[in-house]
Amino acid sequence: MESALALLVGVFFAAAIYLFLSTSLIRILIGMVVLGNAVNLLIFTSGRLVREVPPIIPPDAMVPDRLIANPLPQALVLTAIVISFSFFAFLMVLVFRAYQALGTDRTTEMNEAEPAGEPAPPQGY
Amino acid sequence: MAAPGDGYAPDLAAAMVTAPTPPGDWLVIAPVVLTLLWGALLVMLHQRAALQARIAVAGLVGLVVVTALLLARVVENGPVVMTMGRWLPPFGISFVADALGATLAFAASLAALAVAVFAARDLAPGVRRYGFYPFLMALMAGVCGSLLTGDVFNLYVWFEVLLIASFGLIVLGNSRAQLDGALRYALLNFLATTFFLIATGLLYGAVGTLNMADIAQRMRELPPGAPVHAISALFILGFAMKAAVVPLNFWLPASYHTPAACVSALFAGLLTKVGAYALLRVLVMVMPAGREVYAEVLVWLAVLTMLVGALGALAQSNLRRLLGYLVISGIGVILAGIALGTPTGVAGAIVYSVHSMIAMTALYLAAGVAERLARASRLQEMGGLAGASPLLATITLVLVFAVAGLPPFSGFWPKVVVTQAALLEERWWLAAAVLLTGLLTLGAAGRAFAHAFWRGGPLGTPDGAEKTAPGRLSAGEARILVWPPAALALVVLFLGLWPAPLLWLADTAAAGLLDPSGYVGAVLGGHE
Repeated sequence: MESALALLVGVFFAAAIYLFLSTSLIRILIGMVVLGNAVNLLIFTSGRLVREVPPIIPPDAMVPDRLIANPLPQALVLTAIVISFSFFAFLMVLVFRAYQALGTDRTTEMNEAEPAGEPAPPQGY
Repeated sequence: MAAPGDGYAPDLAAAMVTAPTPPGDWLVIAPVVLTLLWGALLVMLHQRAALQARIAVAGLVGLVVVTALLLARVVENGPVVMTMGRWLPPFGISFVADALGATLAFAASLAALAVAVFAARDLAPGVRRYGFYPFLMALMAGVCGSLLTGDVFNLYVWFEVLLIASFGLIVLGNSRAQLDGALRYALLNFLATTFFLIATGLLYGAVGTLNMADIAQRMRELPPGAPVHAISALFILGFAMKAAVVPLNFWLPASYHTPAACVSALFAGLLTKVGAYALLRVLVMVMPAGREVYAEVLVWLAVLTMLVGALGALAQSNLRRLLGYLVISGIGVILAGIALGTPTGVAGAIVYSVHSMIAMTALYLAAGVAERLARASRLQEMGGLAGASPLLATITLVLVFAVAGLPPFSGFWPKVVVTQAALLEERWWLAAAVLLTGLLTLGAAGRAFAHAFWRGGPLGTPDGAEKTAPGRLSAGEARILVWPPAALALVVLFLGLWPAPLLWLADTAAAGLLDPSGYVGAVLGGHE
C-alpha cells in the first residue's frame, strides 16, 4: 500500500518541479500547490498506513489494544496544509501586485531588483 | 461506556510532568510569549505611529533582558527544558535552551533592538503604519522560537512564522524593485522550507519521533537500511538554501537590497544565521552520521561560498548588494566550521554567527544612513560622506575592519578559531581560503569605504576636493539613525578586545552539540 502511494508522491514531485522551473509565475504558483500536496502525502505515508482503524483507545484500557491509525502524521499534515495555503494566498496577491506594477508574468522580463547591463564598479581606490 | 468517577483513574505521573515548574524555567518560553503578545499589542496601536515605535522599543529592551537572564540561567544550570502542556517528552513538544540557542537568541535580540530604534526615523510614517513593528515582533517570535525549540517539526513551524513575517517586511513600501525582490525571496525560501519539511517527514518515518533529544538517541539504534544519507542530504539542501550557501545563494543578492535599510539589516543579521543554527543543530547534534558522510562536500561548498561571496562583493556597485555578498561569504566561514566537525571548528562557527549577527546588522544600518546622506545607492554616485558625518565614517571603518577579520575587532577571533581548526585537521586549502577571503573582503569593503566616504564627491571628483554630501540629517534624526550602528560597533569593539566570555560560551555550546548527553539527559531524564 505504501509503495503505491510512494510512486504517486514521486509523480507529484516530478510535476511540481517541472512547473517550478517555468518562467511563468502562474505556473510556478500551481507548482507550489502540487509541491505542497506531494509533501503532505509524503508525511502521511511515512507514518505507515492502516486501513479503517481509527486511533481510539477502548474505554477500559490505558493503551491501544491493536494496531491503530497513526494520529501524529495527521496532525503534521494539517499544520503543513494550513501553512502552505496561507503562503499560497499571500503569494497569489504578491504575483498579482507584481503583474500590475511590473506589467509582466514572466520572471525573465523582471529586471527591477537585478538590473541587466549594470556598469562595472569603479576600479581602483 | 465508562463515565468519569466509576473507577477510571489514570496514573497521570506516567504521562505528564507532575512536579511544579520552578519560576526560572518560564524564561525558556518567555521570549516567544513576550514577542507574540507585544506584536498583538502593536497591531492594536497601528494608528499611532509614534507610540507604536516607543512601545516596540520597550518590548525589545524587555526581550534583551529576558534573553540575557535565560543565558545566565543556562550558564549556571545547563540546558533548561520546558515541555508544552506538561506532557512527558518525547510526546510533548519541548523547548530547550542550551548554550547555543541562548547565546544566539541574546545576540539576535540585540540586533533587533538596534533595528527597531533605527526604524523609528528610517521609515516614512505611512509605511510604519502598515505594520513594520508588529511584523518585527512576529519575526523575533519566529527567530527566538527556532533557536529555543527542541522538536524538529516545531522548528519547521517557527521557520514558517519567521518566513511569513519576513514577507510582510520585505514588501512594506511597495516599490517595483521590492515586488520583484520579494517574489524571488518568497518563492525560493518557500522551496527551502519545503525541503526541510520533506526531510522532517522522512526522518519521522525512519525514527518514529520528532523530539530532537529522542532522535539523537535513536539515530544510534537505527536498522542498517534506514535512509540516513538521503535524509541528511535533504536537511542540508533545505538549510543551505535558507543560509544562502553557494550554489543556492542567488536569491540573496536579488532581494536583500530592495526593501528599506532597517528591513535589510534585520534580514542580513538574523535570517541566514537561523539557517546556519539549524545546520549546526541538525548536522552536528541530531544526525552526526549525516555530517560525517557529507563532510568533504561541505568543506568544498564552504570554500566556494567564501570565495564567491568575496568575489561577488568585488563586482558590485550597489552598496547594499555588496554587503549581501559579504553576508554570503560569512556563511561560508560558518559552514567551514560545521563541516570540520571538531570542537574547535564548531566553536569557530558559533563565534562567527554571533559576530556576523551584530556586525552585518550594523553595516547595513550604516549603509542605510550613508545612502540617505548621499541620496544615491551606487558607489559611482556616492561620495563625500566623511565630511558630512565623521562619526558615521568612523563607525563604518570599524565595521569594515570587523567584517574583514582584522584585530582588534570581533571578526578576528572567529577567523582565528576556524583557521586553527582547519590547520589542526590538516586541511591547508580550507585555511588558505579563510585567509584569502579576509583579504578579498577587506578589498571589497575597503573600496566601498574609500569611494563613499573618502572621495570628495561622486566619481570624477578630483583628489583633495572638499568633502560634502547632498543629504542632510537633522539633529534628532542623526541621533536616532546613527546611534544604533554606533552602539553595535561598540559591541563589536568590545567583543574584539575581550572575546574570552564569547569564546567560552562557544566552546561550551560546541561541546554540548558534539556530545549531546547533557542535552538528552535534561530533556528525557529530568522527569520521574
